[in-house]
Amino acid sequence: MQIERPRDLDELLAGLDSHPEATLLAGGTDLMVDVNLSHHRPETVVALRRVDDLATWDDGFIGAGVTYARMEAGPHPALAQLARTVGSPQIRATGTIGGNLGTASPAGDTLPFLAAVDAEVVVASRGDRRRLRWEDFLLGPKHTALRPGEVIVGVQLPERLPQRQAFAKIGVRQAMVIATVNCCVVRDEDGKTRIALGAVGPTVVRTPAAEELVSSQQQVSATMLDEFQRLVSDDVTPITDHRATERYRRHAAGVLARRTLERCLPR
Amino acid sequence: MIVTLEVNGERRTAEVAGWESLLWVLRERLGLTGAKDACQQGECGSCSVIFDGQLVCACLVMAADAEGAQVTTVEGLADATDLHPVQRAYVDEGAVQCGYCTPGLVVATAHLLTEHPDATPDEVREALAGNLCRCTGYGSVLRAVAAAQGASDPAGADREA
Amino acid sequence: MSEVTVSRPPVRGGVGESVQRPDGIPKVTGRFEFLGDMHAEGMLWGATRRAWVPHARIERIDTTPALALPGVHAVLTQDDVPGHRYQGQALTDQPVLAEERVRYWGEAVAVVAADDPETARRAAEAVVVELEELEPLTDLELARDRGEVFRHIPVRRGDPDAHGEVVVEGTYVTATQDPAALGTEAGLAIPDGQGGVDLWGPTQWTHVDLTQLAACLALDPGQVRVQPCRIGGAFGSREDLSLQTHIAMLALRLDRPVKMVYDRTESFVGHVKRHAGLMHYRHEADRDGHLVRVDAQILLDGGPYQLTSQAVIANSTFFAVGPYRCDNVFVDGYALRTNNPPSGAMRGFGANQPCFAAEAQMDRLADELGLDPIELRLRNAITQGDRLATTGQLIEHPLPTDEVIRSVTAIPLPEPEDDDEPLHLPGGTGLTTPRDRVVRGIGYAVGLKNLEFSEGFDDFAEARVELTADGAVVHTAAIEVGQGMVTVIAQVVRSVLGMSRVEVAFDHTGQIGSAGSTSASRQTQMAGNAALEAATVVRDKALEAGGGDHLDDAGVWRGDTLVTSLAALTADGPIDHHVRYRHRPTDEPDADGQGELHVDFCVAAHRAVVDVDPDLGLVRVVEIAIGQDVGRAINPQQVHGQIEGGIAQGMGHAVMEEVVLDHGVIRNASFTDYLLPTTLDAPTVEAALVEQPSPWGPFGAKGMAELPTMSATPAVVAAIRAATSLPLTRAPVHPEDIVTGPHDAPE
Repeated sequence: MQIERPRDLDELLAGLDSHPEATLLAGGTDLMVDVNLSHHRPETVVALRRVDDLATWDDGFIGAGVTYARMEAGPHPALAQLARTVGSPQIRATGTIGGNLGTASPAGDTLPFLAAVDAEVVVASRGDRRRLRWEDFLLGPKHTALRPGEVIVGVQLPERLPQRQAFAKIGVRQAMVIATVNCCVVRDEDGKTRIALGAVGPTVVRTPAAEELVSSQQQVSATMLDEFQRLVSDDVTPITDHRATERYRRHAAGVLARRTLERCLPR
Repeated sequence: MIVTLEVNGERRTAEVAGWESLLWVLRERLGLTGAKDACQQGECGSCSVIFDGQLVCACLVMAADAEGAQVTTVEGLADATDLHPVQRAYVDEGAVQCGYCTPGLVVATAHLLTEHPDATPDEVREALAGNLCRCTGYGSVLRAVAAAQGASDPAGADREA
Repeated sequence: MSEVTVSRPPVRGGVGESVQRPDGIPKVTGRFEFLGDMHAEGMLWGATRRAWVPHARIERIDTTPALALPGVHAVLTQDDVPGHRYQGQALTDQPVLAEERVRYWGEAVAVVAADDPETARRAAEAVVVELEELEPLTDLELARDRGEVFRHIPVRRGDPDAHGEVVVEGTYVTATQDPAALGTEAGLAIPDGQGGVDLWGPTQWTHVDLTQLAACLALDPGQVRVQPCRIGGAFGSREDLSLQTHIAMLALRLDRPVKMVYDRTESFVGHVKRHAGLMHYRHEADRDGHLVRVDAQILLDGGPYQLTSQAVIANSTFFAVGPYRCDNVFVDGYALRTNNPPSGAMRGFGANQPCFAAEAQMDRLADELGLDPIELRLRNAITQGDRLATTGQLIEHPLPTDEVIRSVTAIPLPEPEDDDEPLHLPGGTGLTTPRDRVVRGIGYAVGLKNLEFSEGFDDFAEARVELTADGAVVHTAAIEVGQGMVTVIAQVVRSVLGMSRVEVAFDHTGQIGSAGSTSASRQTQMAGNAALEAATVVRDKALEAGGGDHLDDAGVWRGDTLVTSLAALTADGPIDHHVRYRHRPTDEPDADGQGELHVDFCVAAHRAVVDVDPDLGLVRVVEIAIGQDVGRAINPQQVHGQIEGGIAQGMGHAVMEEVVLDHGVIRNASFTDYLLPTTLDAPTVEAALVEQPSPWGPFGAKGMAELPTMSATPAVVAAIRAATSLPLTRAPVHPEDIVTGPHDAPE
């Protein structure tokens, strides 16, 4: 195996240009599991942790190398909430937002946030830089639009993110658990509401009908919350696996979405 | 390939293969078998070490990417004559049974108490949630942490506010 | 046994003191050498080729591609087993490597030895294994109907026409639980150059390993030295062989040391698990709540090989009623052969499954009668002088069922919580649950289990105590798996000798005879009594030789005068004594399952307090209180450690721990998906120790470490029932069971 350990973005992109099929190593919390279990034996690795440019966090731009530990202490409530649920402190010290995007697990915990705020994923290769809407980047389970020779540079959040935002995640343990369902809601001052859910479809999903129902309303009644919950449950497309049944996930998605929305409503 | 890093204050060099984790290198190349390999997935914390000032699972650090890092393992906590206060507390409180999770827990606790000496019982529980123990049920572990913090009522560790 | 007196003043480090473990410091500093940390000069690495199907006919195995890889030294299959080709503690029915058929998912087919682990892994992969898949048998009722029965035990006690006025019936399921010790299986085999081998492997009984290994390796037992091991936990999973025969075969074939270490996934298929259980129960009582009749059928899933299933089902059958009096009892227990993963010992050893069912039945009965569930249990609580409901055995020794129940109910309940700290709410850091959606539930369960081996087994333990100028050394083949044997034996001997300088030497099979299994709650009493008797003789010899009346670290004293130093006393050689200790014999069950089958019993009562989010089915176990029969606590700190750890395992099985099986395939063979309780899941534990000395245990002690696990599971599930008013007849309880119906329920 060959490893490149670039120190800045130029070195990184040059390295990727020479090794477009290289395996990208961010925090290692997903890749090394595959390596340890002998599922993966990369021939060329480009290690990202020394690239300072990736670790920047300027207002709405979050570098791909920003760790969960930093997100936990960051300014966005939902992002901080989700970061706290990811693995253990050991995982949060090294795992990154870029790694979560690159792995593109249906249960990835940053993804509902990025989808709910309509974030863009910034990717670069030598001589090119692209900004992709989250849904254009996340193509399927463990499948992204990242091309050979490209690296995730970071995510661009929209300006003026509402402070009414909340994240929630179900797992069968008080911490250290992969999401059975996860969910993020953001609500603007004018009531416009966006909701995204993970682990209930091949990738993170938005539920437009439910969003529409509550977006035009300054006051959300209990009846409307019931309807919101039903619409979310109807809209998601979960599967049954060893972690949960389709039926539970569908039910829980509705309950979780409703409760997360309730946290974004004035008390 | 050759990797050079600083382990417990000593410069160490190892020939490593691409599939090797930092944990493998510590255990098999450098003879430091304190950190344990129990899950290969960062789920149990038995391999916890301090890596450039951060608590990490050594099984999830690619050895080839550890070049230049400063690593502290459980073997580096005690000095020649005295146990680290966290080690002493684990022994005193009976927080050691089979002992397989112990090196990871001791390192995680030492790191926590360096970063956050006044951690509340809840914060201690959350900080150690990544270190699985199958023997103790954690009661004695939490009492040991409280004892290491110098709390007057160690038993308070397992009673949340 | 000669009379035991505790010397004056109480010796430092003796019985009743929370003595620290001598291995504590090596363990906290990382210097303690576990099996997986061992290394031998010139050693090779072993790896295992497994078949990842639950049932198949082996069409062809071709090892040549593996042997062709550089760095590969040997590839062995079942054809290479030098001696007896099968292993197993009771019936040797498990092929050393798969033979003709693969009978469970992950069964070992071939083993390799190579220069390094990566080469070994590649070589294992390179072995060609052609399989014709067969339909796996995974359904327990089908297995019973097809006669795939390892053992059927009928219990027929009392009047078949007896009936009670109040009847409750139920069907209960307990899933497979993995012992999930943190240390995975690892081992090292070193050939001795004379055709024999030294073997370090995960074990709870070196001598029973020796019998199997010598037979499989075609060696004289004296040529195999099974070494005491340093393993990361056991909980029953080390009672059966895993990799020992494999590495010994490789080492002997190559005349080089061979080491092997399982990864976590291999560990899931490489050690035995707690049997899944399917139980039908019918309890009948009179209007006052006295049990009149219990009928039960208990099916346990043994997997493809017998291992310890014949003894596990005995516990399930004979403890089917729990710690209650009942004169008319009809039980059929079946241990069944399937293509699910092999089951064997796990903490509680078959008593846990019926405890889950029978305690749920007691709650149903209380409900039906309008009685408080505690009151119902107290009205039926078994004690000294009663007869065991199943076997009719007279309970001759103290059995404080009533006291453990009363002691647990006397512990104050935890305060209701009203804060919004997510760690105190179901769902934890996931922020799933607002406080106003939380419902609290409280549940109780009581467990009863035997101590030591039963059913006429010739159960003994050896120990040798040796007194030299440096103090005393106790030799034993008991195994220190983390439970604290190392302090308990030393404490017993210190109190007998009056000396604090006592160490424990864990001997290999060539140095001392068997201590029996380190399981069945037996070593405190068995190895403990062997050490006690040996120490008593050594003390008496020393006092006679020295002409004194008591002993301490300095030597023999007469009154206040030191008459002989230890050095002078042992100048001509150590004073030693060897004991083979046996408990009193037990009966084999008669055709109706009757007889004096057990030596002694232990009870515990649990109270669980849970907070449930009924909309999402999430549960937080807030607190578990326990009243525990211990006889006498030799090391109180360790007793509390066993209680807290045991409870965490029992509560884990109540709310998260399940080996998810899909037609014989394990879907969660990793710590990502087989969830163990974390610091945030483990409840606060409040323990009350009930000390009614055992008349025969050393200083009155009983083995106690299985009970904390046993009745924790039903207590937690009872608490969830109380919070949700749902029947919840399966452990563990998944969120689905609370809100939408279980996995296998029709959509």
